[in-house]
Amino acid sequence: MFKKMGLALSIFFMLVFMGFLCLRPGFGAEKPFQFGLLLVGPYNDHGWSQAHFEAGEYVQKKLPGAKMIYIDKVNPADRQGITIPQLVDDMVEKGIKLIIANSDDMKDGTREAAKMHPDIHFLHISGDDVLTGKASGNLSNLMGRMEYGKMMAGFAAAMTTKTGKIGYLGPLINEETRRLVASSYLGAKYAWEKVLKKDPKELTFKVTWIGFWFNIPGVTADPTKVAQNFFNTGYDVLISGIDTTEAVVVAKQKKQEGKMVWAIPYDYIGACEGASDVCLGVPYFNWGPGYLEFIQASIAGKWKSNWIWMGPDWKNINDPDTSTVGFKPGPALSSSAKKALDSFISDLGTKKVNLFEGPLYYQDGSIFLKDGEIATDKKIWYMEQLLKGMLGQSSAK
Amino acid sequence: MQTFLRYSRKMILTAVVVFCFTTLILLIAGAPPFAAYYHIFKGSLGSWSKIAHVITVWIPLTLCASGLLYTFRIGLWNIGVEGQMIMGAIFSTALLRFGIESHQPAVFLGLSFFAGAMGGGIWAFFAGFLKTKGGVHEIFAGLGLNFVAQGIILYLIFGPWKRPGVASMSGTEVFPQTLWLPFLSTIRLSPVGLVLALAAVMVTAWMLRYTWVGLGLKAIGKNQYAAFLFGLKPGRYMLLAMAFAGGFAGLAGCLQVAGIYHRLIPAISSNYGYLSLLVVMLSNYNVWVAPGVAFFFACLNIGSIQLPMMLRVDSSLSGVIQGALVLATLAIYAWQTRNKQKERQN
Repeated sequence: MFKKMGLALSIFFMLVFMGFLCLRPGFGAEKPFQFGLLLVGPYNDHGWSQAHFEAGEYVQKKLPGAKMIYIDKVNPADRQGITIPQLVDDMVEKGIKLIIANSDDMKDGTREAAKMHPDIHFLHISGDDVLTGKASGNLSNLMGRMEYGKMMAGFAAAMTTKTGKIGYLGPLINEETRRLVASSYLGAKYAWEKVLKKDPKELTFKVTWIGFWFNIPGVTADPTKVAQNFFNTGYDVLISGIDTTEAVVVAKQKKQEGKMVWAIPYDYIGACEGASDVCLGVPYFNWGPGYLEFIQASIAGKWKSNWIWMGPDWKNINDPDTSTVGFKPGPALSSSAKKALDSFISDLGTKKVNLFEGPLYYQDGSIFLKDGEIATDKKIWYMEQLLKGMLGQSSAK
Repeated sequence: MQTFLRYSRKMILTAVVVFCFTTLILLIAGAPPFAAYYHIFKGSLGSWSKIAHVITVWIPLTLCASGLLYTFRIGLWNIGVEGQMIMGAIFSTALLRFGIESHQPAVFLGLSFFAGAMGGGIWAFFAGFLKTKGGVHEIFAGLGLNFVAQGIILYLIFGPWKRPGVASMSGTEVFPQTLWLPFLSTIRLSPVGLVLALAAVMVTAWMLRYTWVGLGLKAIGKNQYAAFLFGLKPGRYMLLAMAFAGGFAGLAGCLQVAGIYHRLIPAISSNYGYLSLLVVMLSNYNVWVAPGVAFFFACLNIGSIQLPMMLRVDSSLSGVIQGALVLATLAIYAWQTRNKQKERQN
């Protein structure tokens, strides 16, 4: 009895299976322009990857002929045994013409894949392969000038702190993260010394690195514990530099326990949601305009291998159509601090204030910028150490 | 013929059970089950490059499974295979690092295989030594050594082997292309790895079937004390079996470094060690069935990546299918034994 039923069932399923094989989608008349998006984290992480995901949706809205195919959690811990070149092969088979790789972690894989698919366009976010000359002609780099966003974050933190101790939840250490932490410090220092006119010695700014862009249990330091540790040791404002939202989550818990603490998340415009009583605001990326530019160039056949570092639109840094970097003030930011922040932002825009102006020293005391020297883009991009006055590791021990 | 029929009947029954179970899970998850199966199928065998991807997963799985056949034959649970693979990757990375500046990269590439096999072998030998001399059960020794290996790899990546100016768990600097295992560029498949995996299956089949070593392993596996009375030394054979298992696993680790990632990353073993344990159990410890099961598992691993891309379903479904397969096999086995016992009683 069982034998017959099993046989009948398996024949039935095999027929269904074969039916599916025959039902391939026909090659229709007009094909949409398909672009692929490789996200390092979950598409709904309220951070780095979500900002990219929503930019993809923005492009679909602006360009009715464009269609996004995305895959998230593209990292060796989450998708074991899957490599970037493999995913790219698959996307190319699906007819995708342009592929966006959204993480620093995908640098080598993207470069390798780009060499193997010369007729497909690649956009690697946050990389510098074009600058270093390692990129093939079909590979471009895009990054936002988050230094400004981080300066605003540091400014808001210093305006708020009661203990004078600001913590920074750092991801891994490389050039990008060094310059972003340093920018936060410069913003905080400016607010502390120039606006609040307080003693520089009373400001403490410390970074602790977890080892990757987000928590990988057993591999990285646990960002939740790092955040708790900051709040338990007198740091009352925590700036996040990682892809996910641990900083605000822990701050909220501490607030409920009765501590006066605040946090500043990162990456995604909606990162303050649900943590309004501790969130001072969020410096965020708005990748939509940048994506659109590259995708339109690709469609029009005007692709060029470029390294682009897009900044805020100083007319309105929160304009979704023009500004790549923005800062959305949070509900916990006091009105006086917000007023000061607004004037700081306008001073940055008019170049009245340039925080990357010498004299500035590296952590070991060597000169980063001479007196009166204004840093070039390259000098900021390739910062070798943290700045003097900051606590924390500049590179691996 | 009779056994073949019985075997295939069992397999179909298992497949149906697993099929119903995963379909149920998919329905609960709100995904169209047939579309999911279709995408897994098409995503793993739908094109030559997909098949090549499957084979790149099949290679380390088969290598580990071949090694595990020795230890299972003698009755050892070599759960440390994961750590042995990691140590193989570490040893071969260490050797390849010497090759970066050299003018004869091919020599270092060749030597890295030996280094990998040695790394895995040494690590397995530790577990075997603890078992035979220290009386530590090999499961505990293996698990402990897995953790140690994971600790060592993290330390090396974040410490001595870090990229200049960088502290990241991303992995070490990519090796220059001269140190990559040569591969067919269109389908990204290394023939060397394929040959090694096939050779591993052949050698294992021959060793276990036709040599004194194979016979000794089997004898000790069946009855340690009887074998001892026959003059076999179980301790030595256990160490030998462990060394074989570790060697093959280390080789798999080496291929992951030289052939797939071209650098050392924390997740270098991709859990293939643990997965290969399932492969061997599911294949009923048969050396000719194991590569087939490994191929099926590899198809699931590669094909399931289509689920999040096309259907927005989490790809961990492949893990569900694999786990369900093993559980169903065990359940059916238990059911049959119980039936047999009942028959006997009647």
